[in-house]
Formats: sequence, C-alpha cells, structure tokens
Amino acid sequence: MSLWEYANPVKFLRLSERVLPVLWVLAAASVGTGLIWGFFFTPDERLQGSTVKILFLHVPAALMAINAWFMMLVDSLIWLIRRHHVSALAAKAAAPVGVVFTLIALVTGAIWGQPIWGTWWVWDPRLTSFLILFLFYLGYIALWEAIEDPDTAADLTSVLCLVGSVFAVLSRYAVQFWNQGLHQGTSVPVATGERSVADVFWQPLLISMIGFGLLFLALVLYRTGTEIRIRRTAALLARTGARG
Amino acid sequence: MNALLIRDLRLAVRAGGGLGLGLAFFLIVVVLVPFAVGANTDLLSRIAPGVLWIGALLACLLSLDRILALDFEDGTLDLLATAPVPLEAALSIKALAHWITTGLPLVLAAPILGVLMSLPPQGYLWLVVSLLLGTPALSVIGTFGAALTVGIKRGGLLLSLLVLPLYVPTLIFGAEAARRGAAGADVSTPMLLMAGISAGVIALMPFASAAALRINLR
Repeated sequence: MSLWEYANPVKFLRLSERVLPVLWVLAAASVGTGLIWGFFFTPDERLQGSTVKILFLHVPAALMAINAWFMMLVDSLIWLIRRHHVSALAAKAAAPVGVVFTLIALVTGAIWGQPIWGTWWVWDPRLTSFLILFLFYLGYIALWEAIEDPDTAADLTSVLCLVGSVFAVLSRYAVQFWNQGLHQGTSVPVATGERSVADVFWQPLLISMIGFGLLFLALVLYRTGTEIRIRRTAALLARTGARG
Repeated sequence: MNALLIRDLRLAVRAGGGLGLGLAFFLIVVVLVPFAVGANTDLLSRIAPGVLWIGALLACLLSLDRILALDFEDGTLDLLATAPVPLEAALSIKALAHWITTGLPLVLAAPILGVLMSLPPQGYLWLVVSLLLGTPALSVIGTFGAALTVGIKRGGLLLSLLVLPLYVPTLIFGAEAARRGAAGADVSTPMLLMAGISAGVIALMPFASAAALRINLR
C-alpha cells in the first residue's frame, strides 16, 4: 500500500469520491465556525476596533495562497519525474483556487489597510511579493490555456512552475531591499512558536486556517476529478471519431 | 557555435531591421514619458534611471519572439536540436546574439536618452554599467520565455505575461543601482546582487530553456 497507488486515476477518483463528502462538511464546518466566531464572538481590538476581524479571512487566505503554489511545485516535480497524469492535473486544478486565495488576501489587506494605514496600497515588500505571486499564477494559467496538447501543456507549465518558483523567491528578497515596509511581521511564527496574537483571536484564527486548508483540499480534489473526467471524455470522443 | 552566432547576427542585421526597431521603440518610450508626466526637469531627473530601465526592458521584450519563432517555422530548430552541439549551448548562443543585437545597442543608446531625461551627470556611468550587467540577464530569461511559447500561435502577448514577472528581480536591482548612482550614493550592494542574478541566470537558465524547447519540438 503506497501513496503512488493513487496516481492511478481510477483509484484516485474512488478515494476522492469517498473522502470528498466528509471533507466538504469538515471544511464548511470549520470555515463557518472560524469566521462566525471570529466576526461575532471576539472583542474589538483596543486600538484597531473591529477592523481587526478581517484577519480571520486575510491570514488563512494568504497562507493557502502560498501553499497552493508550493503544492503546484511539488505536483510539477512529480509529473516531470514520474509522469503521473493525476499529478499534473492536480497542479492545473490548484492554480485557479490559488489565484482566488491570492486575490482574497490582496483585497482584504487593502480593505484593512485603508482605515489603519490610511492607504489602500503601499509598495511594501509583502504586498509587492503577493502581487508578483498573483502575476505568476496568471501566467501559469494562461500557459495552460494556450497549449492544446495536454501532455505538452503539462510539461511546459511544470517547467514554468519550477523556474517561476525560483524567481518568486528571488523577487521576495529583492523587494525587501527597499525597506522593511508597513506590513507587520508574521503573526504565526512556526519556528519560534511565540505568536503576537492574543488567545481570544488566536483560537478562531487557528480554526479558520484549518478550515481554509480543508477547503483548499476539497476544491482541489473536486477540480482534479473534473479534469480527469474531461480528459476521459476527450479520449472517448477521439476514439469514436466524433471529435469536434 | 561561432557559425551559429555569426548566422544569427547576420540574420538580425539583414532581415527587416530588428536592430533598429528595438532602438526606435526605446527612443519613443523615453520620449513619451515627459509628455505624460510633464516637462519638469527636477521630476524628470529623479525618475530618469527608472524610466530608462523600463524603456530598455520593454524594447528588449519586443524582440524576444524573434529569437526562436522564425527558426521554428523553417525547421532550423529541429536541425539544431539534432546537431552535435548541445541544445543548451545553442540557446546560449542565440541569447548572446539577441543581446548583441538588442541589449548592447540599448546600453549604448541609454546615455544619449539620459540627456533627454536630464539625468544628473554622476548618473551616466552607473546607468551604463547597470544596463551592461543587467541586459544579458534580460536576454537569457527572454530566451526561456521564447522557448516556452515557441509552438503557440500568436504567443506574443502570452510571452510578455510570462516573462515580465521573471524580469522583476533584475529590474529592481538594476534600477536601484542606476538610481543610487544618479543620487551619488553607494551602488555596490544592488550592483553586486544584480550581477549575481545575471551570472546565475546565464549559468542555469539555458538548461530550463533547452528543456522547454525540447518539449515543444517533440
């Protein structure tokens, strides 16, 4: 029993069909709990008032925006090395989800920044690198769309994803060069374990982050299933000669 | 490899003025800027390094699809791919030819356009040095973009979308070095970082370009 068994589309579909209903429920429950708890049952922050509550949307979305790209990177590597079609299709399925999360993070950040920083947008390193990540997502999706042959498209987008990752990291450090910027440091430092968020906000935030993770997983599994079925339909049509 | 370089240079010079086109585009972009932001000399001299960098970058972008598209259409690339020279080397040479025909003229033209943008006197040297070190990176990264999109019809717009985000680090450090030079500040940090990026992409990018091109020629 190895993980690679699920590189078989049939097995993948069977598993994801069994897992998905549970995953949808869990994701909806934890996103719902996290957001409702965060929006309605936390006190207003001392200095920022209720604006701070956008945190429960902003932080999980930003977290998943980066992790989605990371997942695409791993998928691309698996596709290039082991040629599992499911892997390439999962990367394709994850990109639009990632782009939406990036957009949510950018927009909620702007909405929060307007009253607190007094501006919708600043060329702060974090904001800028997220904007660049957004552009990389757009390029990646556009390349998928532009190429007709699915295997060529999978290969080229994988190469782009690898190269793009290197340049995304480079850009991340290049923009830091200007200044440290307005954006506060990370609120959830994994390495040190010392967080700057008070417990009242931390608990719903944690649930919301888990919820966004589950939601991402459910969406990607669902979309990958759709991609597999699209591929099968195309193959069937090609076999019966009814393509067009 | 020398033969390939000479062939590419000849083609670029003779076939339809690709050489002059990039330069003319650079000129026009830079000339349009004062029309858009006003002819205030102080303002212009402050934004001059950035505008010149953006202009050079866009002019470079304009000619990227020429690197491979024509050779793809007439089958030259298939021959190159089966030639004893590794495809990585062939693509490096093509990037070099692109740099000589596009990057180098831009570097040489930049100081002249700097006059139009009332660039401060101490800025000229560092502008030229930063462009000289940065434009090879633009050509090499651009070759990767061209290799990715070579099989796509009307891939020009897509090429821009893919390549421009990749240009970001080079542009940040290059323009920063030129800006610091114009302001009379110390340029060594951004200049060294940009030179590092150039050296890194020249060494590594041909492998990615060749991988992408092999997929497209399959």
